[in-house]
Amino acid sequence: MAGSGTAHLRQGTTLLRAEHLVVEFGSGAHRVRAVSDVSLDVLAGETLGLVGESGCGKSTTGRAAALVQPPNSGTVWFDGVELSALSTRELRRARTRVQMVFQDPISSLNPRRRVVDSVIEPLAVWGVGTKQERRDRARATLESVGIDPDDGGARRPIEMSGGQCQRVSIARALMLDPALLICDEPVSALDVSVQAQILNLLDDLKHQRGLTMVFIAHDLAVVKNVSDRVAVMYLGKLCEVAPPQALYEHPAHPYTLALLASIPDPNPSARHDGGAPLSGDLPSPINPPSGCRFRTRCPYAEQRCADEEPQMRLVGPDQYVACHFPLRAPAGPLGPMSASPEV
Amino acid sequence: MTPWRRRLPVAFPEVSELEGPLLEVEDLHTHFRTPRGLVRAVDGVSFSVGRGRTLGVVGESGSGKTVLTRSIMGLLPGSNVERSGTVRLSGHELTALPPAELRDVWGLQVAMVFQDPMTALNPVVRVERQITESLRLRVGLDRKGAHDTALALLTSVGIPAPERRLRNYPHELSGGMRQRVMIAIALACGPRLLLADEPTTGLDVTVQAQILDLLAAQQRERSMGMILVTHDLGVVASRTDDIVVMYAGRVVEQAATAELFAHTRMPYTEALLRSIPRLADPSHTRLRAIPGRPPDLAATPPGCRFAPRCPYVQARCEAEEPPLRSAGHGHLFRCWYPVGSTEGDEALARNLAARVPAALAFTAAPSRPDGQAPAPPEAPPPGTVAPPAPAVPAATTTPAATTPAATTPAPTPKVDSLWATSPPADSGHGPATPGAG
Repeated sequence: MAGSGTAHLRQGTTLLRAEHLVVEFGSGAHRVRAVSDVSLDVLAGETLGLVGESGCGKSTTGRAAALVQPPNSGTVWFDGVELSALSTRELRRARTRVQMVFQDPISSLNPRRRVVDSVIEPLAVWGVGTKQERRDRARATLESVGIDPDDGGARRPIEMSGGQCQRVSIARALMLDPALLICDEPVSALDVSVQAQILNLLDDLKHQRGLTMVFIAHDLAVVKNVSDRVAVMYLGKLCEVAPPQALYEHPAHPYTLALLASIPDPNPSARHDGGAPLSGDLPSPINPPSGCRFRTRCPYAEQRCADEEPQMRLVGPDQYVACHFPLRAPAGPLGPMSASPEV
Repeated sequence: MTPWRRRLPVAFPEVSELEGPLLEVEDLHTHFRTPRGLVRAVDGVSFSVGRGRTLGVVGESGSGKTVLTRSIMGLLPGSNVERSGTVRLSGHELTALPPAELRDVWGLQVAMVFQDPMTALNPVVRVERQITESLRLRVGLDRKGAHDTALALLTSVGIPAPERRLRNYPHELSGGMRQRVMIAIALACGPRLLLADEPTTGLDVTVQAQILDLLAAQQRERSMGMILVTHDLGVVASRTDDIVVMYAGRVVEQAATAELFAHTRMPYTEALLRSIPRLADPSHTRLRAIPGRPPDLAATPPGCRFAPRCPYVQARCEAEEPPLRSAGHGHLFRCWYPVGSTEGDEALARNLAARVPAALAFTAAPSRPDGQAPAPPEAPPPGTVAPPAPAVPAATTTPAATTPAATTPAPTPKVDSLWATSPPADSGHGPATPGAG
């Protein structure tokens, strides 16, 4: 996997369309290609789940899609406008409709400000309304995310729990009425009980406000719960893009299967005889493996995987995979496809 | 050659000679004196861990589970702490040991894997010295012997190229690698009891599976006792023998793992289980979140501490704290209206009829195609009540979990502490309960 290609991109009206994104950090021998030719699209009203291990580039992809981290190359279209071609001033204006929620709820808020002031800030920056109107809107938004504006709003982040801070971060992201919300691991720092509250809240807000979301997480069970389409990333490349049901019932990429098998099952009779489904760590993106980037940890890897980089191709209804030997349900290599269906 | 050894360590009996459980914790209280008042972080906790057994300690942030492990180790700050109760390791009373003797226990008898591998390691000391420190100081190995042992340890915890890794600093390692080093340090002196405090929080799911498998393998190999602390019931479900569920400093349910999942009694445990997103559910399934958050440990409610968030709550729960009761087989719970009992079902039905928010959130419709709040299910008349959804996950549902208590005439003697429990009738159950170690 870890393949390239744009076969999985859809025709028609997509709210966000990112093609051939490349993001590099550092220079010279230490140059890291964190995102390496990733293409994504999100339809209006859809939630795209972006899954992968730490260091696979999923956060960077999310940031590049919002142009928070300008990509080294590639194009980003948002609502018919090519964001990557805009001037800085135009971009700032266009980006008010794309907002982000970050992983660490406490450190993503200014510790010295009362949370209501943090929530008002986006409106103040754009000079929306009068002071009183801004205040009223902040109160209404805080209320809609389940924070009491009188009691909670006057607090500082340190006086609140992680779950409450994440609610405030969400309120802040909603203040400019965005069309697209990019959530970067919004629940991975929270307890399971609080995680359920925040996931329900995001789902409610999505329906109330008609939001489109990109939901980045490493927990496949969480991503399945929120997503309409899931993209699996590995080492800066996409492995598989599919609707959640298909992805979970018959994953086509060996890496997706391994991720699924890693989820702890709240079932006392589950066994762990075969050992962990994946051994070792992610290889270094400074010097990634040739061909398919997953081949060093893949149980089905063959010579072809080292020689040739797999391209995205259709293997099932709306299910795309970048693998030379995709899995057949329930599991097992399908063998090289002689005539791979072109899309 | 033992240049740093000042005296012989406290004599602990060999594991094979040991009778009774490895670790016994009895009525342990740890209170912190703070400007806000007395914070009761651990409030009367009792349990035991047998040799080679794994105990899971489960609870939300702020339930006192981390303070519990620190209290067992004796790793509490020197001032403003009150600890009472007993901690016996192999029959030795740890709470009575002076600090100098406690240091002979740490590492050699009890070791700990801390939550955050990023900050628990010393950033300016190479991995080798961090592993060999206790080997040289406590076991008295020479430089060569300690190096060889460290190399063997790194190999056994699955670190590739261990010779090179020994010379690395922690920042040169990934998160999973650092946690493996933490485990190697904890295992260095061959402890009999390993305390793992959220060992996989902050790690990826793939690495989490690796680390949990590693801990299980090391435990089998060394027949260590282990306490696995986590907030995720999914993590402990298939990897522990017994589970203690903590809430606001108290043990609220305790049972053998299979028993706990099959016959959950405590509403809090049920709610925790239900809040986990499941792969088997379709997308956009409404999660059954637990409303609210745990109480302030400096001002706990007078009755049951879970009452403000409980779907089964009744007037009695708010006035009177339930004692730990026994459901047989060493299964203990702290509830007046337990899950799966007639009283519990009736209480839930009453709350649904009265539209108590906690009960409505708990029984929220499984999916919501539109943005409207799901209509709460109609409350069936009391007496014929069955919970609107299975009380436990389908995979673990057994007839007794969904049938009213008529088939399980749970004897409910009120016991103040675990130690007053009658021994389990069936020795196949509750091996970590007192008397069965």
